[in-house]
Amino acid sequence: MKFAVIVFPGSNCDHDAYHAVKHVLGEDAELIWHKDRSLRGADAVILPGGFAHGDYLRTGAIARFSPIMQEVKAFAAAGGPVLGICNGFQILLEAGLLPGAMLRNRGLHFRCEHVHVRVEHTDTPFTAAAAPRQILRIPIAHGEGNYYAEPEVIERLERNRQVIFRYVTASGEETEAANPNGSIHNIAGITNETRNVVGLMPHPERACEPAVGSADGLVVFQSVVKALTLAPAAVSAAASVLEK
Amino acid sequence: MRARVFVTLKPSVFDPQGTTVAEALHTLGYGAVKDVRQGKYFELDIDAGTTDEARRLAAEAADKLLANPVIESYRIEVTA
Repeated sequence: MKFAVIVFPGSNCDHDAYHAVKHVLGEDAELIWHKDRSLRGADAVILPGGFAHGDYLRTGAIARFSPIMQEVKAFAAAGGPVLGICNGFQILLEAGLLPGAMLRNRGLHFRCEHVHVRVEHTDTPFTAAAAPRQILRIPIAHGEGNYYAEPEVIERLERNRQVIFRYVTASGEETEAANPNGSIHNIAGITNETRNVVGLMPHPERACEPAVGSADGLVVFQSVVKALTLAPAAVSAAASVLEK
Repeated sequence: MRARVFVTLKPSVFDPQGTTVAEALHTLGYGAVKDVRQGKYFELDIDAGTTDEARRLAAEAADKLLANPVIESYRIEVTA
């Protein structure tokens, strides 16, 4: 199984994601430059964290014009699993692959710390190996993670079970204090309607080994292996669309 | 033609930066400042025959790139 990790100018978590997939998970991984026009047969795509294009204009606003994003869009439309982490999530929002937008954190601070998030649903390729309502202790590092969408969009996300990760306390309670940035409904991550594109602000790739303080994030990548092993048809469908 | 594009957060969207600036102004003694909304300002130098054409181009640019319609709205002023 092969993961593509997209590298934008200003990405700084690309090697963390590569390391998590290649060396911890033990699957194949390839770094792909944003000006490339091929995902080179990848089975899953990761848009890593960082500050793509310097976050000029708005976070993720310029990255959506990178040539590789046309391939990522086609891959996602064909059902291929796409994960956006932190800045990658912001790029998915600006590219229209996920609904909503990010505002500056409530309180304006850049928050860099471990938080607890609860896995709300396990029927996505990035949560398939998690236990229902499993609580993950993984780090955040962002200044603009205050998720916002119009009330009707939030209502639709909740109704369709598209909120995938929520900030909670260590014991799983959804409180204001557990919310590091002011996100509506403590939202830390969402999926699209077809549930193959997932974006989240916390960094699971930075929490894949006990040596870095937590290995809770590894389940996100193990999920891809589990999901694609169970439903290989979806992957080959995505791959065949891209070959045309 | 010059188009000035003012991008601001929609009234329904909380503006933590604007609120912080307002609080700082209150600390300076400007209690008369009731609220602050922070935004972005763009000056576009446009090759266009008429102000209407320049306005149309600026609006397209704002719709497609300068503003994020999920959270922001914009206002345009055009001068020859």
